[in-house]
Amino acid sequence: MSLYSKTAVELIGLLNKKEISSRDIVSSVFQRIEQVDTKINAFIYTDKENALKKADEIDKKRVNAEPLGLLGGVPVVLKSNLCCFTWPVSCASKILKGYNCAYTATSVEKLLREDAVPIGYANMDEFAMGSSCENSAFGVTRNPWNTDCIPGGSSGGSAAAVAADETILALGSDTGGSIRQPASLCGVVGLKPTYGRVSRFGLVAYASSLDQIGTLTKTVADNALLLKVISGHDCSDSTSIDRKVPDYPAYLNNSIKGLKIGIPKEYFVDGMDNEVEESVKKSIKTFEGQGAVPVEISLPHTDYAVACYYIIATAEASANLARFDGIRYGARSPQAENLIDLYEKTKSDGFGQEVKRRILLGTYVLSSGYYEAYYKKAQKVRTLIKNDFDTVFKKVDCILTPTSPTPAFKIGEKTNDPLKMYLSDIFTISLNLAGLPGISIPGGFTQSGLPIGMQLAGRPFEEEVILNAAYSFEKNTLFHTTKPTLS
Amino acid sequence: MEFEPVIGLEVHVQLKTKSKLFCSCATEFGAAPNSQVCPVCLGHPGVLPVLNKQALDYAVLCGLALNCSISKFSKFDRKNYFYPDLPKNYQVSQFDKPICGKGKITFLINGNEKTIGITRAHLEEDAGKLVHSETGAESGVDFNRTGIPLLEIVSEPDLRTPEEAYMYLHMIKNIIEYLGVSDCNMEEGSLRCDANVSIRPKGQEKFGTKVEIKNMNSFRNVQKALAYELERQEDEILGGGIIVQETRLWDADKNQTFSMRTKEEAHDYRYFPEPDLVPVKLDENYIKSLENQLPELPFDRMNRFTKEYTLTGYDAQVLTSSREIADYYEECANLTDDYKAVSNWVQSELLREINEKKISIKESKVTPSKLTDMLKLIQKGVISGKIAKIVFHEIMRSGKDAEQIVKEKGLVQISNPDELKNIVEKVIKDNKKIVDDYKGGKEKSFMFLVGQVMKATQGKANPQLVTKMLKEAIG
Ligand SMILES: [Zn+2]
Repeated sequence: MSLYSKTAVELIGLLNKKEISSRDIVSSVFQRIEQVDTKINAFIYTDKENALKKADEIDKKRVNAEPLGLLGGVPVVLKSNLCCFTWPVSCASKILKGYNCAYTATSVEKLLREDAVPIGYANMDEFAMGSSCENSAFGVTRNPWNTDCIPGGSSGGSAAAVAADETILALGSDTGGSIRQPASLCGVVGLKPTYGRVSRFGLVAYASSLDQIGTLTKTVADNALLLKVISGHDCSDSTSIDRKVPDYPAYLNNSIKGLKIGIPKEYFVDGMDNEVEESVKKSIKTFEGQGAVPVEISLPHTDYAVACYYIIATAEASANLARFDGIRYGARSPQAENLIDLYEKTKSDGFGQEVKRRILLGTYVLSSGYYEAYYKKAQKVRTLIKNDFDTVFKKVDCILTPTSPTPAFKIGEKTNDPLKMYLSDIFTISLNLAGLPGISIPGGFTQSGLPIGMQLAGRPFEEEVILNAAYSFEKNTLFHTTKPTLS
Repeated sequence: MEFEPVIGLEVHVQLKTKSKLFCSCATEFGAAPNSQVCPVCLGHPGVLPVLNKQALDYAVLCGLALNCSISKFSKFDRKNYFYPDLPKNYQVSQFDKPICGKGKITFLINGNEKTIGITRAHLEEDAGKLVHSETGAESGVDFNRTGIPLLEIVSEPDLRTPEEAYMYLHMIKNIIEYLGVSDCNMEEGSLRCDANVSIRPKGQEKFGTKVEIKNMNSFRNVQKALAYELERQEDEILGGGIIVQETRLWDADKNQTFSMRTKEEAHDYRYFPEPDLVPVKLDENYIKSLENQLPELPFDRMNRFTKEYTLTGYDAQVLTSSREIADYYEECANLTDDYKAVSNWVQSELLREINEKKISIKESKVTPSKLTDMLKLIQKGVISGKIAKIVFHEIMRSGKDAEQIVKEKGLVQISNPDELKNIVEKVIKDNKKIVDDYKGGKEKSFMFLVGQVMKATQGKANPQLVTKMLKEAIG
């Protein structure tokens, strides 16, 4: 078996036994990228030279028996909205053309401190706005399980790269499901931490009160390890919470006997794909087989989540994206006659359709006369949704739902129907509104061989609970061992 | 018809914190363009603000000094508008939950006390500065100022005359300077002021349509702009016109205001809570600890000066118009009990000198002990008041002691009749006609004779003694 197809935990074991070097792993991963990425288009940018250099440094440290970080020598891909000094962070947008990072994101800094090897930038929906990776100025990323299908989004490149063994680990960001939905559609493990668990400093903001950086990996154990590395309070992010980071890997292997798993009745209504529904039902049985107790619960404000999300997220985005104006960095329209013209032309040329749609929507809901009716009301609904979860979590330890109502759909299938596209995140959005952690794990396959993901949601700052439940599920299923054929 | 003006002022004060409001960049004035910037204040992708604790302390201190209620819960909001000097194209400010709520300040105007309400005071970040090339073909932005903390102090519409507005501004500046939290320098832009002004028929309760005036770069200009605007509004109404709600710019060269934009063209700032910052929650102990740091404020100090040093209200007001001057005065008052003389010397000679030299009172070589030592020489009759002026300027120049200067320059007052006898006799002999005039009842002529004696002694003769001796000699 090639090194690129292994997990981080396996590779670290081999490295520690000195059977392989970090250079071997990085070379293997790049060999894989060169082999398959023309089919997948998961990458926007790679930095092989520096990756190999970094691998050699780590190998040298290992030879000299110097202390090594937790991820000593393991490759990781970054979503294209995470700043890494000198790299061309584009957010998959034309508007950042020519811009190179002036600093490094805290999460990436933490990866470097633990000796991970960043290999490049993954494709995404422009500014993390989308559920299919089709809204990219760098072309669509294809689903490794069926290259006619989308990989999900917005962290589609990160998910596809992990699924296609083009990386060992990946970072993504999740504002309404942008890690979990592509993880689900690509058959990998994707976790969105509690809001405030991971510093957002250096994450190009889409919707600040909802954004959270998270992890995409091949297995739950890898996910626990990567999460441990990037979590923690950061003085540069006032919204990050000063709370001890648990040793997540140490919590795996705990028994889930008696674990109460809530099944929200509102999530099993019309519109859900039959195969997805079947998978969830089978998953419940699997959990029951390990001693967990399913409990029917109600999240009465679920219906309002998508509308609430699209008001709050777009309102924040309309301000967050205002800075891309061609004045200080990035693309600037050369045809501008005056200042207003410069703003208009730069933004018209630089932003894609979906980004423009959301900026306009967000500007509208904040406008004088509409603020109360939309933004203010959405904030109230957000509180109600949060309260729903607070109530439920008094009765159950975690919540099981499908991650996405459908498996991966065909490229182009929903591009002309934004509302339909927005419903792709119907099961994931509520967790962002409530700030809760959620993980998507492989939970089955469709007849046509597309992955189906399960989502486990937990109480705030109880990532270890959902990781442990996910690990228990993974141990008793084989979905994660199946790989797409990409020859 | 008689009109009553209604004026409210919005004062922006740059807080003199070591670093900017949301990043660690320096805030020095006059540094090379774009030398005090970082990804955060330049609005690079992915950056986040972190609130400067010192700015918060300063804002609360100001609030306390302005008798404001301090909010135990306040938050920041984004104010959205596009301009090249605003890197994020939104300004982090405070909209509906400002750090300081209602307050008031009192000051003297023409000897009467006047109290003006403060509506609120809130923290926000400053914008950058546009620099245009001479041809106007190119524009650059200096972001050094971007992100420097500002405290915006909004007054109630309690001001009734341009002069009151002027005095109000002075008091605000005075209070904030006392706290040492801002330079309050209007020329350097560390204090800026916009005015809201309307008029209404006397006796009417309802406010008239207000006009906002911007671009005034000195307190005098604020006063002038208000006076101009009040007259313009009165003329407009008396001429049958109506006042349009608008923003007008003051042109200091033309001494006029000009319309900039009307209400219809006004910005919709689309304020919403800043999601990158957590609300500011303050507890009682924190507020108490800052309260304890408050110095004695100018109005209180003025009142104390009138009592403790038996000064007139006017003198006390001038002497407390800056903390440095008041400190200087009190230091002198500890060294002498001739409070009135100190007050006169500080107000006339000392303030004029330091204003001319553009130095601070602390930089003056005439220290409180040097000044009071000199005053003692006058008291003892060693030098006259007139000679003292020479001595004062010499101290100012060289920093030497008064006594030493008097000795070196031979400025000791001549109080010995024997030494003056010959001079007096000579003056009488040389000015026979004048003496006769005086004898004939021309009082002024006597002063001339005194002057002649003083001249002959290079001003050193004791004037009282000269008077006495001349009178005796003329008979
Ligand atoms: Zn800065």
